[in-house]
Amino acid sequence: METSSPVNKATTLPSTDNIVREVLPNGIVVLVYENFVTQSVILNGLIQTGSIFESADKAGLSNIVAGALMRGTHNRDFDTIHETLESLGASLGIGSGVHTSGFSGKSLAEDLPTLLNLLSDALRYPSFPIDQTERLRGEILTGLKIRAQDTRSVASEAFRKLTYPMDHPYSRNLYGEVETVTAFTLDEMAAFHAANYGPRGMIIVIVGAVKAEDAIQDVKAIFGDWQNPAQPDVPALPPIATLYEARQQFGVVPGKSQSDIILGWVGPSRFAPDFQAANLANSILGVFGMMGRLGKTVREDQGLAYYTGSRVSGGMGPGPWQVSSGVNPANVYKAIDSILVEIKRMTNELVSEQDLADNKANFTGRLPLNLESNEGVSSMILNMEMYNLGLDYLRHYPEMINAITREQVQRAAQKYLSSTAYVLAVAGPKIER
Amino acid sequence: MAITNNVTRHILPNGMTVLLKEQHTAPVTSWWVLYRIGSRNEPTGLTGVSHWVEHMMFKGTDQFPAGYLDKAIDREGGMWNAQTSFDYTAYFETLPADRIGLGLRAEADRMTNARFDPEEVESERTVIISERQGHENSPTFWLNEELQAMIFRVHGYHHEIIGDMTDLETMTRDNLFQHYKTYYAPNNAIAAVVGDFDTTEMIAQIEALFGALPAETLPRTFVRPEPPQQGERRLRIERPSPTPVLSIAYRVPEAVHPDWIKLYMLDSILGGASGFGGGGVGNKTSRLYQALVKKELAANFSSGLLPSIDPYLYGIDVTLRDGRTLEEVEAAVFAELDKAINGEITQAELDKAKKQARALFAYSGETVTNQAFMLAYYEHIAGNYEWFITFEERLQSVTLDDVHEVAQKYLQPSQRTVGWLVPTGEADDADGEYDGDE
Repeated sequence: METSSPVNKATTLPSTDNIVREVLPNGIVVLVYENFVTQSVILNGLIQTGSIFESADKAGLSNIVAGALMRGTHNRDFDTIHETLESLGASLGIGSGVHTSGFSGKSLAEDLPTLLNLLSDALRYPSFPIDQTERLRGEILTGLKIRAQDTRSVASEAFRKLTYPMDHPYSRNLYGEVETVTAFTLDEMAAFHAANYGPRGMIIVIVGAVKAEDAIQDVKAIFGDWQNPAQPDVPALPPIATLYEARQQFGVVPGKSQSDIILGWVGPSRFAPDFQAANLANSILGVFGMMGRLGKTVREDQGLAYYTGSRVSGGMGPGPWQVSSGVNPANVYKAIDSILVEIKRMTNELVSEQDLADNKANFTGRLPLNLESNEGVSSMILNMEMYNLGLDYLRHYPEMINAITREQVQRAAQKYLSSTAYVLAVAGPKIER
Repeated sequence: MAITNNVTRHILPNGMTVLLKEQHTAPVTSWWVLYRIGSRNEPTGLTGVSHWVEHMMFKGTDQFPAGYLDKAIDREGGMWNAQTSFDYTAYFETLPADRIGLGLRAEADRMTNARFDPEEVESERTVIISERQGHENSPTFWLNEELQAMIFRVHGYHHEIIGDMTDLETMTRDNLFQHYKTYYAPNNAIAAVVGDFDTTEMIAQIEALFGALPAETLPRTFVRPEPPQQGERRLRIERPSPTPVLSIAYRVPEAVHPDWIKLYMLDSILGGASGFGGGGVGNKTSRLYQALVKKELAANFSSGLLPSIDPYLYGIDVTLRDGRTLEEVEAAVFAELDKAINGEITQAELDKAKKQARALFAYSGETVTNQAFMLAYYEHIAGNYEWFITFEERLQSVTLDDVHEVAQKYLQPSQRTVGWLVPTGEADDADGEYDGDE
């Protein structure tokens, strides 16, 4: 009784037919999608600030500033903010990324104005109260200490430093270093906030049991008067030299049973014309089915690892394309060899018609699951806005995916992957070859 | 066939319980099959067998060889997975609604036809050992494992779901297959389906696929009740760890006990409300946050109860802040619990906890996957899915006296086990980097 795919029921997809988009005079873009089936509402979005705006000697500044926003404002102290949220069964969080800082909240629909007011207060009027900010600093420092003994974090940090030049924001730890985090003054935090937080480039997405008209009215009333003429332009990313050989680093973390492996390259940004071809190559390599070809060889055939797989980050800039795996220390080299065999296969051979058709079917067929919840719809709308995909992106999406050829997939693999020039970072117990 | 709260309960002649709820809000359906067998039923020597069998269920049948369904389900844009817990082993498929038949066929087939190829068993042995070694990389895994074993000397909750390493090294294909043949049967299964379907048509599909599977004679499950605890128990783990960790657990009753819901309220006030899947709230206004994080004793903490078949635990886990000692943090936790025992919780706190529960309950119904799981899970551990459906409503009648009463009854020092994770030596000294070619 198999009928046509729900993907073809275009009216159920978020599109220009049902997303209301409005640009406020101060630059904020508001997008609302009504869904009266649930009782809740999701509020998420981003502002144009992140660690890209901090200097290398201030690593972690953007992170601590974003973390401090919900710790006290000129209008509400810490207890008031959280009493308001928690007494409604609502949540709201703000965090820094590299290019942008994101926010995400959820509440019952009737509490959306409260959520918006709290968000506005936190983004615009933080007071960096000394007691709360010091507490936050202590929590971040404890977090850094934990990361320093977490094998995945250690491998990931080593990978970043080997892959990107020192002056590149991607080489830095978003959370900073013990030395930098210890040194930030409250004045520096307030200054970073004053200079970088503003409405230009801000995106607010609201999905749930609210009328679009009312939600937009609320946003206008609460955010409409925000201005920051000092808001800087986004700095350009430094160039990354082409990698011609393998670079590797093995980190020792005592008291561990397993080694974490990260092997990767500089990948495409989400804006790259070959992003979806690379994304399909990645799916075939380490995602589709049980973790793709890597899962088949490393986990299923050889039983070397519980987890293995690959991920192409595809964000605002050339983020990493990584293979990762957790293996017994005795199997590290065997696993690396198996991974490299699959990388060579991806670059040297065309993928089969069947593999490509399977993965395309997955890309287009998973939309109903991805769009089932308000969270799924809101993150899809945010993606369409932040990457300039257009609000009718999903209507054209199956056609666009289905047009990608085996040759394009191979060209993307050849462009980004290499079995001889790669970055390898391993962390775990000391191992012998 | 009975319909309550929009859920239809249908029992097949072979004893399989089927729960169905139509929800036509998105073109998606989720299908779960839960077996009434988990790690609590495992005897010594076979710890981890439930979880390992769960892995083997993905290694193929004659109809669907290993790897076939991984690809088929991805091709249809769906997802499938499984989980093993103390009390159950459960499998699910969530698919675009018109493709859910694939999930039904997969579960009907592997209920009786999983192959357990010896070679696949051996290859999976190292995968599972690797899974356990991944857990072992976290210092708190060692603390939790020892704590669990100290609290439950007799009951099967004493070992980790993944199993003891020695059993993972020695268990045989026959042990695994025997477990499968004994417990995987329609009369030991609860199926739940939520989503975009017609109930009558769905029942017909399920009958066609599962109706002919024979009921099996089920042995009495292996359960040994834990004797009463005779005083506080203490434990110290010494390992490399970035921070000291404190873990405190009190013995509390099973989910269907009338005190459990009161303890849930108490925990919401002490440590923050726990969600039911679908989203949570923060814990920054909770008593323990105020006493531990706000006082800069802890970097973070968590607390909670697991709804279980047999009496289990109320646990509090605290990651210490730099420079703080386990003694002072432990004293601060006990001081806060003493306030609850002494009747210092306020009506305002209780009212807030009730409001939070209302929102969290609303969030829990937003995906079909979570709803179907909740139905199957509570049908099993509480004997009736209605325990969950009516939970939020029943919560509203919990009084302040109830909350104080359970605090006095269960937070007694004699009923707790206290675990310390003490970081050893100068772990940093051993840190180093090398290029891997030495």
